[in-house]
Amino acid sequence: MPRGVWALPPVVVLALVFLYPLALVVQQSFSPESGGGAFDAYASVFASQSFREALGTTVWLAVGATVGCLVLGFALALVIAFVPFPGARAVAKFIDVFLSFPSFLITLALLFVYGTVGMANGLVTDLTGAAEGPFHFLTTPWGVLLAEITYFTPFVMRPLLAAFSQLDTAQLEVAAGLGARPARIVRQVILPEALPALAAGGSLVLVMCLNEFGIVLFTGAKDVTTLPMLIYGKAILESDYSAACGVAVVNIAISVGLFGLYRVVGKRAGA
Amino acid sequence: MSGIRFDGVSVAYGGNTVLDSLDLTVEPGEVMALLGPSGSGKTTALRAVAGFVRPVGGRVLIGDRDVTALPPHKRGIGMVVQQYALFPHMRVEDNVAFGLKAQKAPRAEIPGRVAEALEMTGMAAYAGRYPRELSGGQQQRVAIARALAIRPGVLLLDEPLSALDAQLRSGMLAELARLHRELPDVSILYVTHDQVEALTLADRIAVMDRAGLQDCGTPQELYRAPRTEFTASFVGNANLLPVTVAEDGAVFEGRALTLDRGRAAPGSTATLCVRPHLLGLGAGPNALSGTIAEVQWRGSTHRLYVDVGGHRVKADLPELRETPALGDRVTLHFEPRDAVLLGAGVSDG
Repeated sequence: MPRGVWALPPVVVLALVFLYPLALVVQQSFSPESGGGAFDAYASVFASQSFREALGTTVWLAVGATVGCLVLGFALALVIAFVPFPGARAVAKFIDVFLSFPSFLITLALLFVYGTVGMANGLVTDLTGAAEGPFHFLTTPWGVLLAEITYFTPFVMRPLLAAFSQLDTAQLEVAAGLGARPARIVRQVILPEALPALAAGGSLVLVMCLNEFGIVLFTGAKDVTTLPMLIYGKAILESDYSAACGVAVVNIAISVGLFGLYRVVGKRAGA
Repeated sequence: MSGIRFDGVSVAYGGNTVLDSLDLTVEPGEVMALLGPSGSGKTTALRAVAGFVRPVGGRVLIGDRDVTALPPHKRGIGMVVQQYALFPHMRVEDNVAFGLKAQKAPRAEIPGRVAEALEMTGMAAYAGRYPRELSGGQQQRVAIARALAIRPGVLLLDEPLSALDAQLRSGMLAELARLHRELPDVSILYVTHDQVEALTLADRIAVMDRAGLQDCGTPQELYRAPRTEFTASFVGNANLLPVTVAEDGAVFEGRALTLDRGRAAPGSTATLCVRPHLLGLGAGPNALSGTIAEVQWRGSTHRLYVDVGGHRVKADLPELRETPALGDRVTLHFEPRDAVLLGAGVSDG
């Protein structure tokens, strides 16, 4: 049997369930329902203030969340991997479980803690007798950022923990013996060897943050409009499918472009 | 010059004691080999000096300084481990410079000291390469250069040749001996399970087993006059035979043997230690007759396993022209001066 035959079933399935609907979205973006030129929807989208704001918000939130996840994830993974404490293994296992949680669940948990009527505000109002508590950031971009960092940090930690488990601990011991303090060991021995894992985790988080919808929706941040929220608004609230598909194509292009960039950089870095 | 002193050092993990009250002194400029099987506590002792394990009892001193509670980066030691542990993302010169930078050596001095260390280990031509571009032997030389670059008073070598093949190992042993001649002030603690490495390189050998020191002395002392059965067996794979001490020697399975009984009391039981290569084939003094159980050809020698009165005796003989067959009756013999009676306790030499 020719080898190519084995590739046929997955290609057919992929084409039916993914490529064909994707092609329909692209086609729709070039077919304005109101008539006009093929690029009218794009021209209208690019010209709109809401799109530019959504694009800006999406990018800064994604970049900010990625940076936050990298910093926090690296620090937490370091502790779990190299600082012996009771329960370190259990925490590492929990990271795996955490990855399976839906994003809205984390947002819901944050709402319980920091929401307008959440525990933190309740505690403050109970203690001070004030009419309302001081925590109102959850419905701002900072709330979205916090939720995204909380939810996506384990996606950075998982590859980092795998990379750390491969690191020869004798290197760390020899470095210490040679006179290096812990900070230098982290900077000059651990970090360079963790770079491929950081790049993998970071790029994954960046792409996921660019496309994140559930967290933004659940925080109820009315003034935070990201590209996925814009698509939702155009398609569901305004029934402007061409514009929604146009924004979606832009969103996909950014994601695929970033992924391509990661692959190129990764190959050059030998990751 | 810095020596090392273990002063009743004990290390335990949970309730499991892995090093039990070690008392041992490495004199300044001395090469001390810690020799023993896996789990004997030798690597733990080295790690206690490096600061990677915290003793539950006792003190570790480097020179006159008690370093027991000091973190590793404050101890000023060089260390070479079995798998080299080079930093893979750094070039050879950066690996060697690492310790100098960590110890904040004057920036202008670093290139010269890196070059000096690489020159000393014959790796100057490879300064710009990455570890992955080097052979195992070259990587080990770089690891040694990295340890020496900081000019340590104490050098810890943890099974440094175990990952090398036999030929490279022999060459590196000679290199290490040369390095020590060039750096006579450096005290070296050399952990190994290979008696050849210990006998070749060490000024003294500390034989370890079951988390403790079993014996300590010069290679010649341990080889020719071991104080314990373990030392006799582990260093040189000696024959150990149960005997009864007699006025002019000992009695083994009813055979009178002539040898120096030292201070052993006649009538007491002891263990006779005789090296396989000191046994001869054929009639002679202290004859032991038995049957051939196995014959091994080892190139320049034959090893015979002979059953003598229910005990298996090993004999290493120059290559035999006529090899005895299994079951043949043969006689082995040894000179009185080549046997030792064991029974002494353990002490730090």
